[in-house]
Amino acid sequence: MSSTTSTPSPAAAPATRFAVPGRIAVSNRAAATWQRATLTEVRRETPYASTFRFAVPAWAGHLPGQHLMLRLRAEDGYVAQRHYSIASPPDDDGHVELTLDHVDGGEVSGWFHTVAKPGDEVELRGPLSGFFAWPGDRPALLIGAGSGVVPLMSMVRHHRARNLTVPLRLLVSARGPEELIYASEYGPETTTVFTRSAPEGVAVGRVAAAHVARLLADAPDGGWEAYVCGSNGFAEHASRLLVDAGQPVDRIRIERFG
Amino acid sequence: MNVTRGFAGRPRVRNDGLPPGQYDARDDWPVLSAEVTPELATSQWTFTVDGLVAEERTWSWDEAHALPPSAYEGDIHCVTSWSKFGVRFSGVSLDAFLDLARPAAEATHAVAYSHTGYTTNLPLADLTGGRAWIVWEYGDEPLPAEHGGPARLIVPHLYFWKSAKWIAGIRLLDHDEPGFWEQNGYHHRGNPWEEQRYSGD
Repeated sequence: MSSTTSTPSPAAAPATRFAVPGRIAVSNRAAATWQRATLTEVRRETPYASTFRFAVPAWAGHLPGQHLMLRLRAEDGYVAQRHYSIASPPDDDGHVELTLDHVDGGEVSGWFHTVAKPGDEVELRGPLSGFFAWPGDRPALLIGAGSGVVPLMSMVRHHRARNLTVPLRLLVSARGPEELIYASEYGPETTTVFTRSAPEGVAVGRVAAAHVARLLADAPDGGWEAYVCGSNGFAEHASRLLVDAGQPVDRIRIERFG
Repeated sequence: MNVTRGFAGRPRVRNDGLPPGQYDARDDWPVLSAEVTPELATSQWTFTVDGLVAEERTWSWDEAHALPPSAYEGDIHCVTSWSKFGVRFSGVSLDAFLDLARPAAEATHAVAYSHTGYTTNLPLADLTGGRAWIVWEYGDEPLPAEHGGPARLIVPHLYFWKSAKWIAGIRLLDHDEPGFWEQNGYHHRGNPWEEQRYSGD
Protein backbone atom coordinates (compact mmCIF):
# COMPACT_ATOMS: atom_id res chain seq x y z
CA MET A 1 0.00 0.00 0.00
CA SER A 2 1.28 3.45 -0.90
CA SER A 3 2.32 5.68 1.95
CA THR A 4 1.51 8.84 0.10
CA THR A 5 -1.94 10.29 0.49
CA SER A 6 -3.03 13.51 -1.01
CA THR A 7 -5.74 14.32 1.49
CA PRO A 8 -5.24 14.06 5.21
CA SER A 9 -8.06 11.86 6.39
CA PRO A 10 -9.85 12.27 9.68
CA ALA A 11 -11.12 8.83 8.91
CA ALA A 12 -9.95 6.73 11.78
CA ALA A 13 -12.14 5.08 14.36
CA PRO A 14 -11.98 6.65 17.80
CA ALA A 15 -9.32 5.27 20.09
CA THR A 16 -10.89 2.79 22.46
CA ARG A 17 -10.27 3.18 26.15
CA PHE A 18 -12.33 0.23 27.12
CA ALA A 19 -11.42 -3.29 27.81
CA VAL A 20 -12.40 -5.80 25.55
CA PRO A 21 -10.09 -5.37 22.69
CA GLY A 22 -10.50 -8.90 21.34
CA ARG A 23 -7.94 -11.21 22.87
CA ILE A 24 -7.55 -13.21 19.68
CA ALA A 25 -8.45 -13.15 16.04
CA VAL A 26 -11.46 -15.31 15.28
CA SER A 27 -11.87 -17.46 12.22
CA ASN A 28 -14.69 -16.09 10.16
CA ARG A 29 -14.91 -19.33 8.24
CA ALA A 30 -15.33 -21.41 11.41
CA ALA A 31 -17.97 -18.98 12.62
CA ALA A 32 -19.97 -19.26 9.42
CA THR A 33 -19.87 -23.02 8.83
CA TRP A 34 -22.43 -25.33 10.43
CA GLN A 35 -20.96 -28.68 11.44
CA ARG A 36 -22.53 -31.93 12.47
CA ALA A 37 -21.90 -32.92 16.08
CA THR A 38 -22.67 -36.32 17.60
CA LEU A 39 -23.59 -36.57 21.26
CA THR A 40 -21.30 -39.18 22.84
CA GLU A 41 -21.88 -38.83 26.58
CA VAL A 42 -24.14 -37.15 29.13
CA ARG A 43 -22.87 -36.52 32.67
CA ARG A 44 -25.07 -35.16 35.42
CA GLU A 45 -23.41 -32.29 37.31
CA THR A 46 -26.23 -31.17 39.63
CA PRO A 47 -29.99 -31.82 39.83
CA TYR A 48 -30.40 -28.95 37.35
CA ALA A 49 -27.37 -29.14 35.07
CA SER A 50 -25.71 -31.79 32.93
CA THR A 51 -22.65 -31.90 30.71
CA PHE A 52 -23.12 -32.98 27.10
CA ARG A 53 -20.05 -34.25 25.24
CA PHE A 54 -19.98 -34.10 21.44
CA ALA A 55 -17.72 -35.56 18.79
CA VAL A 56 -17.11 -32.82 16.20
CA PRO A 57 -14.57 -34.29 13.78
CA ALA A 58 -14.00 -31.04 11.88
CA TRP A 59 -13.75 -28.83 14.99
CA ALA A 60 -11.18 -26.10 14.29
CA GLY A 61 -10.25 -25.76 17.95
CA HIS A 62 -11.10 -23.01 20.40
CA LEU A 63 -9.67 -21.02 23.27
CA PRO A 64 -11.04 -21.18 26.81
CA GLY A 65 -13.89 -18.70 27.23
CA GLN A 66 -15.25 -18.88 23.69
CA HIS A 67 -18.78 -19.96 22.84
CA LEU A 68 -20.56 -21.63 19.97
CA MET A 69 -23.98 -21.56 18.35
CA LEU A 70 -26.05 -24.75 18.36
CA ARG A 71 -29.23 -25.52 16.45
CA LEU A 72 -31.93 -28.17 16.47
CA ARG A 73 -34.43 -28.80 13.68
CA ALA A 74 -37.98 -30.13 13.98
CA GLU A 75 -39.66 -32.27 11.33
CA ASP A 76 -41.57 -29.31 9.88
CA GLY A 77 -38.32 -27.42 9.34
CA TYR A 78 -38.61 -25.23 12.42
CA VAL A 79 -35.15 -24.39 13.79
CA ALA A 80 -34.17 -23.26 17.28
CA GLN A 81 -30.66 -21.96 17.89
CA ARG A 82 -28.81 -20.87 21.01
CA HIS A 83 -25.40 -19.61 22.07
CA TYR A 84 -23.59 -21.78 24.62
CA SER A 85 -20.24 -21.36 26.33
CA ILE A 86 -17.75 -24.17 25.79
CA ALA A 87 -16.85 -26.04 28.99
CA SER A 88 -14.04 -28.24 27.72
CA PRO A 89 -10.41 -27.15 27.31
CA PRO A 90 -8.86 -26.82 23.86
CA ASP A 91 -6.76 -29.98 24.09
CA ASP A 92 -9.66 -32.34 23.60
CA ASP A 93 -9.19 -33.18 19.96
CA GLY A 94 -12.37 -33.35 17.97
CA HIS A 95 -14.61 -33.02 21.01
CA VAL A 96 -16.40 -30.20 22.79
CA GLU A 97 -18.42 -30.26 25.99
CA LEU A 98 -21.30 -28.00 26.98
CA THR A 99 -22.84 -27.81 30.45
CA LEU A 100 -26.47 -26.79 30.24
CA ASP A 101 -28.96 -25.79 32.89
CA HIS A 102 -32.40 -27.29 32.47
CA VAL A 103 -34.21 -24.00 31.87
CA ASP A 104 -37.87 -24.00 32.87
CA GLY A 105 -39.80 -24.25 29.62
CA GLY A 106 -36.57 -24.08 27.61
CA GLU A 107 -37.14 -25.61 24.21
CA VAL A 108 -33.47 -26.40 23.51
CA SER A 109 -32.26 -27.15 27.04
CA GLY A 110 -35.51 -29.08 27.58
CA TRP A 111 -34.70 -31.31 24.62
CA PHE A 112 -31.20 -31.92 25.94
CA HIS A 113 -32.39 -32.80 29.42
CA THR A 114 -35.40 -34.96 28.54
CA VAL A 115 -34.84 -36.42 25.06
CA ALA A 116 -31.17 -36.37 24.06
CA LYS A 117 -29.09 -39.53 24.29
CA PRO A 118 -25.72 -40.62 22.92
CA GLY A 119 -25.81 -41.04 19.18
CA ASP A 120 -28.09 -38.06 18.58
CA GLU A 121 -26.88 -35.49 16.10
CA VAL A 122 -27.13 -31.71 16.31
CA GLU A 123 -25.46 -28.91 14.39
CA LEU A 124 -23.14 -26.25 15.68
CA ARG A 125 -20.81 -23.53 14.47
CA GLY A 126 -17.94 -21.72 16.07
CA PRO A 127 -15.94 -21.02 18.04
CA LEU A 128 -17.35 -17.51 18.27
CA SER A 129 -16.10 -14.24 19.70
CA GLY A 130 -12.66 -13.37 20.94
CA PHE A 131 -13.19 -10.87 23.72
CA PHE A 132 -13.89 -13.35 26.52
CA ALA A 133 -11.18 -15.75 25.37
CA TRP A 134 -8.23 -16.47 27.65
CA PRO A 135 -5.20 -17.83 25.79
CA GLY A 136 -3.42 -18.58 29.07
CA ASP A 137 -1.08 -15.64 28.75
CA ARG A 138 -2.13 -13.18 31.48
CA PRO A 139 -2.85 -13.71 35.18
CA ALA A 140 -6.57 -14.35 35.35
CA LEU A 141 -9.13 -13.64 38.05
CA LEU A 142 -12.32 -15.55 37.24
CA ILE A 143 -15.65 -14.79 38.92
CA GLY A 144 -18.78 -16.74 38.05
CA ALA A 145 -22.17 -17.71 39.42
CA GLY A 146 -24.37 -20.68 38.59
CA SER A 147 -23.74 -21.89 35.06
CA GLY A 148 -21.61 -18.77 34.59
CA VAL A 149 -18.77 -20.94 35.78
CA VAL A 150 -18.85 -22.93 32.51
CA PRO A 151 -16.51 -20.82 30.33
CA LEU A 152 -14.34 -20.16 33.40
CA MET A 153 -13.96 -23.92 33.94
CA SER A 154 -12.60 -24.23 30.42
CA MET A 155 -9.88 -21.79 31.55
CA VAL A 156 -9.17 -23.72 34.77
CA ARG A 157 -8.98 -26.99 32.86
CA HIS A 158 -6.67 -25.44 30.28
CA HIS A 159 -4.45 -24.07 33.03
CA ARG A 160 -4.12 -27.56 34.52
CA ALA A 161 -3.82 -29.48 31.27
CA ARG A 162 -0.93 -27.30 30.15
CA ASN A 163 0.65 -26.99 33.60
CA LEU A 164 0.60 -23.22 33.17
CA THR A 165 2.40 -21.22 35.83
CA VAL A 166 0.62 -17.93 35.16
CA PRO A 167 -1.50 -17.15 38.26
CA LEU A 168 -5.18 -18.02 38.09
CA ARG A 169 -7.94 -17.73 40.72
CA LEU A 170 -11.59 -18.70 40.57
CA LEU A 171 -14.37 -17.30 42.73
CA VAL A 172 -17.54 -19.30 42.13
CA SER A 173 -20.98 -18.71 43.60
CA ALA A 174 -23.81 -21.27 43.81
CA ARG A 175 -27.06 -21.40 45.72
CA GLY A 176 -25.91 -24.42 47.67
CA PRO A 177 -23.41 -27.29 47.55
CA GLU A 178 -25.82 -29.52 45.60
CA GLU A 179 -26.05 -26.85 42.89
CA LEU A 180 -22.32 -26.29 42.57
CA ILE A 181 -21.34 -27.38 39.07
CA TYR A 182 -17.98 -29.23 38.78
CA ALA A 183 -17.85 -29.51 42.59
CA SER A 184 -15.31 -32.35 42.55
CA GLU A 185 -12.91 -30.53 40.23
CA TYR A 186 -12.02 -27.45 42.23
CA GLY A 187 -8.57 -27.09 43.75
CA PRO A 188 -6.66 -24.53 45.75
CA GLU A 189 -7.21 -21.92 43.03
CA THR A 190 -10.92 -21.81 43.86
CA THR A 191 -13.02 -20.02 46.48
CA THR A 192 -16.65 -21.15 46.70
CA VAL A 193 -19.50 -18.95 47.93
CA PHE A 194 -22.95 -20.32 48.80
CA THR A 195 -25.88 -17.92 48.72
CA ARG A 196 -28.75 -19.99 50.18
CA SER A 197 -27.43 -23.02 52.03
CA ALA A 198 -23.95 -24.17 52.97
CA PRO A 199 -22.32 -27.10 54.68
CA GLU A 200 -22.03 -27.00 58.49
CA GLY A 201 -19.65 -24.25 59.55
CA VAL A 202 -19.57 -22.48 56.17
CA ALA A 203 -21.05 -19.00 55.86
CA VAL A 204 -24.05 -18.28 53.66
CA GLY A 205 -24.01 -15.05 51.62
CA ARG A 206 -23.32 -13.36 48.30
CA VAL A 207 -20.00 -12.66 46.72
CA ALA A 208 -18.89 -9.65 48.75
CA ALA A 209 -16.33 -6.87 48.82
CA ALA A 210 -14.19 -8.89 51.22
CA HIS A 211 -13.82 -11.79 48.75
CA VAL A 212 -12.81 -9.42 45.99
CA ALA A 213 -10.45 -7.45 48.25
CA ARG A 214 -8.60 -10.64 49.23
CA LEU A 215 -8.17 -11.67 45.60
CA LEU A 216 -7.01 -8.22 44.51
CA ALA A 217 -4.56 -8.07 47.44
CA ASP A 218 -3.16 -11.32 46.09
CA ALA A 219 -2.66 -9.92 42.57
CA PRO A 220 0.59 -10.67 40.77
CA ASP A 221 2.77 -7.89 39.37
CA GLY A 222 0.83 -6.16 36.63
CA GLY A 223 -2.49 -7.13 38.14
CA TRP A 224 -5.27 -9.44 37.04
CA GLU A 225 -7.26 -9.71 33.86
CA ALA A 226 -10.77 -10.19 35.29
CA TYR A 227 -13.39 -12.41 33.64
CA VAL A 228 -16.95 -12.22 35.01
CA CYS A 229 -19.71 -14.57 33.88
CA GLY A 230 -23.28 -15.14 35.02
CA SER A 231 -26.71 -13.58 34.95
CA ASN A 232 -26.91 -9.85 34.30
CA GLY A 233 -27.74 -9.27 37.96
CA PHE A 234 -24.68 -11.16 39.10
CA ALA A 235 -22.47 -9.54 36.46
CA GLU A 236 -23.55 -6.06 37.53
CA HIS A 237 -22.92 -6.92 41.20
CA ALA A 238 -19.53 -8.57 40.68
CA SER A 239 -18.22 -5.99 38.21
CA ARG A 240 -19.22 -3.17 40.56
CA LEU A 241 -17.33 -4.87 43.41
CA LEU A 242 -14.27 -5.16 41.18
CA VAL A 243 -14.40 -1.49 40.16
CA ASP A 244 -14.92 -0.38 43.76
CA ALA A 245 -11.92 -2.48 44.82
CA GLY A 246 -9.73 -0.75 42.25
CA GLN A 247 -9.70 -3.20 39.35
CA PRO A 248 -9.31 -1.09 36.16
CA VAL A 249 -12.51 -0.95 34.12
CA ASP A 250 -10.58 -1.76 30.98
CA ARG A 251 -9.43 -5.05 32.47
CA ILE A 252 -12.85 -6.46 33.26
CA ARG A 253 -14.43 -8.68 30.62
CA ILE A 254 -18.05 -9.62 31.12
CA GLU A 255 -20.14 -12.39 29.61
CA ARG A 256 -23.80 -12.05 30.59
CA PHE A 257 -26.26 -14.85 30.08
CA GLY A 258 -29.45 -13.61 28.48
CA MET B 1 -29.59 -30.06 7.98
CA ASN B 2 -31.08 -33.25 9.36
CA VAL B 3 -34.09 -33.36 11.60
CA THR B 4 -33.12 -33.58 15.27
CA ARG B 5 -34.59 -36.79 16.72
CA GLY B 6 -37.46 -36.08 19.06
CA PHE B 7 -37.24 -32.28 18.80
CA ALA B 8 -40.61 -30.54 18.50
CA GLY B 9 -39.79 -26.99 19.59
CA ARG B 10 -42.19 -24.55 21.12
CA PRO B 11 -45.67 -24.17 19.60
CA ARG B 12 -45.55 -22.41 16.25
CA VAL B 13 -46.90 -18.91 16.26
CA ARG B 14 -47.37 -17.18 12.94
CA ASN B 15 -45.62 -13.87 13.36
CA ASP B 16 -44.63 -11.98 10.25
CA GLY B 17 -42.65 -9.55 12.38
CA LEU B 18 -40.23 -12.25 13.55
CA PRO B 19 -37.04 -12.46 11.46
CA PRO B 20 -35.64 -15.95 10.72
CA GLY B 21 -34.03 -17.73 13.65
CA GLN B 22 -35.50 -15.32 16.23
CA TYR B 23 -37.94 -15.88 19.10
CA ASP B 24 -40.23 -13.47 20.96
CA ALA B 25 -38.64 -12.54 24.30
CA ARG B 26 -41.95 -11.01 25.47
CA ASP B 27 -41.32 -9.18 28.76
CA ASP B 28 -37.64 -10.12 28.97
CA TRP B 29 -35.02 -7.64 27.86
CA PRO B 30 -31.65 -9.37 28.23
CA VAL B 31 -28.56 -7.27 28.91
CA LEU B 32 -25.50 -8.48 27.04
CA SER B 33 -22.91 -5.67 27.25
CA ALA B 34 -19.31 -6.86 27.44
CA GLU B 35 -18.12 -4.02 29.64
CA VAL B 36 -18.84 -2.62 33.08
CA THR B 37 -22.03 -0.52 33.07
CA PRO B 38 -20.80 3.08 33.42
CA GLU B 39 -22.26 5.52 35.92
CA LEU B 40 -22.74 8.42 33.56
CA ALA B 41 -24.58 11.51 34.81
CA THR B 42 -26.62 13.49 32.32
CA SER B 43 -24.40 16.47 33.13
CA GLN B 44 -21.39 14.47 31.90
CA TRP B 45 -23.07 13.14 28.80
CA THR B 46 -22.29 14.69 25.42
CA PHE B 47 -22.99 13.66 21.86
CA THR B 48 -20.65 14.56 19.00
CA VAL B 49 -20.84 14.25 15.23
CA ASP B 50 -17.35 14.41 13.73
CA GLY B 51 -15.17 13.07 10.94
CA LEU B 52 -16.20 13.94 7.40
CA VAL B 53 -18.65 16.74 8.18
CA ALA B 54 -18.79 20.42 7.29
CA GLU B 55 -18.88 21.32 10.97
CA GLU B 56 -18.00 19.09 13.92
CA ARG B 57 -20.70 19.52 16.53
CA THR B 58 -21.09 18.51 20.16
CA TRP B 59 -24.36 18.66 22.08
CA SER B 60 -24.83 18.67 25.83
CA TRP B 61 -27.78 16.88 27.42
CA ASP B 62 -29.86 20.07 27.42
CA GLU B 63 -28.85 21.06 23.89
CA ALA B 64 -29.80 17.63 22.56
CA HIS B 65 -33.16 17.87 24.31
CA ALA B 66 -33.83 21.21 22.61
CA LEU B 67 -33.94 19.47 19.20
CA PRO B 68 -37.33 18.32 17.83
CA PRO B 69 -38.52 15.21 19.69
CA SER B 70 -38.95 11.97 17.82
CA ALA B 71 -39.87 8.45 18.90
CA TYR B 72 -39.48 4.93 17.57
CA GLU B 73 -42.30 2.52 18.15
CA GLY B 74 -41.79 -1.00 16.89
CA ASP B 75 -39.61 -4.08 17.25
CA ILE B 76 -35.96 -4.79 18.09
CA HIS B 77 -33.89 -7.87 17.26
CA CYS B 78 -30.77 -9.15 19.06
CA VAL B 79 -28.22 -11.38 17.35
CA THR B 80 -28.43 -13.82 20.26
CA SER B 81 -31.90 -14.75 18.88
CA TRP B 82 -34.38 -12.77 20.94
CA SER B 83 -36.70 -10.16 19.49
CA LYS B 84 -38.87 -7.75 21.41
CA PHE B 85 -42.11 -6.41 20.01
CA GLY B 86 -43.87 -3.09 20.41
CA VAL B 87 -41.20 -1.19 22.27
CA ARG B 88 -41.14 2.61 22.40
CA PHE B 89 -38.00 4.72 22.59
CA SER B 90 -38.10 8.53 22.71
CA GLY B 91 -35.40 11.04 21.91
CA VAL B 92 -34.32 12.80 18.73
CA SER B 93 -33.93 11.51 15.19
CA LEU B 94 -30.26 11.16 14.24
CA ASP B 95 -31.12 13.13 11.10
CA ALA B 96 -31.60 16.23 13.25
CA PHE B 97 -27.99 16.00 14.46
CA LEU B 98 -26.56 15.07 11.06
CA ASP B 99 -28.40 17.93 9.34
CA LEU B 100 -26.67 20.42 11.64
CA ALA B 101 -23.20 18.87 11.15
CA ARG B 102 -23.72 18.45 7.38
CA PRO B 103 -22.00 15.24 6.22
CA ALA B 104 -19.42 15.67 3.46
CA ALA B 105 -20.25 14.24 0.05
CA GLU B 106 -17.53 11.59 0.40
CA ALA B 107 -18.87 10.26 3.71
CA THR B 108 -20.14 6.71 3.12
CA HIS B 109 -19.78 4.96 6.48
CA ALA B 110 -19.83 5.75 10.16
CA VAL B 111 -18.49 4.46 13.43
CA ALA B 112 -20.76 4.95 16.43
CA TYR B 113 -18.72 5.23 19.62
CA SER B 114 -19.70 5.05 23.26
CA HIS B 115 -18.57 6.77 26.43
CA THR B 116 -17.16 3.36 27.42
CA GLY B 117 -15.12 3.10 24.22
CA TYR B 118 -17.42 0.55 22.56
CA THR B 119 -17.60 1.00 18.79
CA THR B 120 -19.77 -0.30 15.96
CA ASN B 121 -19.67 0.44 12.25
CA LEU B 122 -22.57 1.21 9.93
CA PRO B 123 -23.14 2.35 6.37
CA LEU B 124 -24.20 6.00 6.56
CA ALA B 125 -27.36 5.11 4.62
CA ASP B 126 -28.52 3.02 7.61
CA LEU B 127 -28.31 6.07 9.88
CA THR B 128 -30.28 8.54 7.76
CA GLY B 129 -33.83 8.90 6.44
CA GLY B 130 -35.62 8.46 9.78
CA ARG B 131 -34.13 5.06 10.59
CA ALA B 132 -31.89 5.95 13.56
CA TRP B 133 -32.39 7.83 16.81
CA ILE B 134 -30.56 9.06 19.88
CA VAL B 135 -32.93 8.06 22.70
CA TRP B 136 -33.18 8.67 26.45
CA GLU B 137 -36.56 7.24 27.32
CA TYR B 138 -37.91 3.68 27.20
CA GLY B 139 -41.67 3.69 27.50
CA ASP B 140 -42.26 6.73 29.67
CA GLU B 141 -39.22 6.19 31.88
CA PRO B 142 -35.60 7.32 31.66
CA LEU B 143 -33.54 4.71 29.83
CA PRO B 144 -31.91 2.48 32.51
CA ALA B 145 -28.10 2.53 32.68
CA GLU B 146 -27.76 -1.17 31.92
CA HIS B 147 -29.73 -0.59 28.71
CA GLY B 148 -27.52 2.30 27.66
CA GLY B 149 -28.83 5.22 29.69
CA PRO B 150 -28.64 8.10 29.93
CA ALA B 151 -28.73 7.91 26.11
CA ARG B 152 -28.08 5.35 23.39
CA LEU B 153 -28.22 5.07 19.64
CA ILE B 154 -30.97 2.91 18.20
CA VAL B 155 -30.93 1.55 14.66
CA PRO B 156 -33.83 -0.87 15.02
CA HIS B 157 -33.79 -2.30 11.48
CA LEU B 158 -30.39 -3.88 12.23
CA TYR B 159 -29.35 -6.34 14.96
CA PHE B 160 -29.24 -4.48 18.23
CA TRP B 161 -25.46 -4.57 18.79
CA LYS B 162 -25.44 -1.74 16.21
CA SER B 163 -27.53 0.35 18.63
CA ALA B 164 -24.58 1.52 20.73
CA LYS B 165 -25.30 2.06 24.43
CA TRP B 166 -23.97 5.14 26.27
CA ILE B 167 -23.59 6.84 22.90
CA ALA B 168 -20.85 9.48 22.73
CA GLY B 169 -20.66 10.20 19.03
CA ILE B 170 -20.85 9.29 15.39
CA ARG B 171 -17.74 9.64 13.25
CA LEU B 172 -18.31 9.81 9.51
CA LEU B 173 -15.77 8.05 7.29
CA ASP B 174 -15.15 7.47 3.60
CA HIS B 175 -14.65 3.73 4.18
CA ASP B 176 -15.92 0.91 6.37
CA GLU B 177 -14.01 0.33 9.62
CA PRO B 178 -15.05 -2.61 11.83
CA GLY B 179 -16.17 -1.88 15.38
CA PHE B 180 -15.89 -3.95 18.54
CA TRP B 181 -18.10 -6.94 17.69
CA GLU B 182 -17.29 -6.70 14.01
CA GLN B 183 -13.60 -7.23 14.90
CA ASN B 184 -14.78 -10.23 16.89
CA GLY B 185 -16.29 -11.97 13.90
CA TYR B 186 -19.72 -10.37 13.68
CA HIS B 187 -21.25 -9.24 10.42
CA HIS B 188 -20.49 -5.74 9.18
CA ARG B 189 -24.12 -4.86 8.45
CA GLY B 190 -26.24 -7.12 10.64
CA ASN B 191 -29.58 -7.20 8.80
CA PRO B 192 -31.83 -9.55 10.83
CA TRP B 193 -34.08 -10.30 7.84
CA GLU B 194 -31.07 -11.77 6.03
CA GLU B 195 -29.69 -13.37 9.21
CA GLN B 196 -26.40 -11.49 8.90
CA ARG B 197 -25.10 -12.62 12.29
CA TYR B 198 -21.48 -13.46 11.60
CA SER B 199 -18.96 -12.42 9.02
CA GLY B 200 -19.61 -14.64 6.04
CA ASP B 201 -23.36 -15.03 6.65
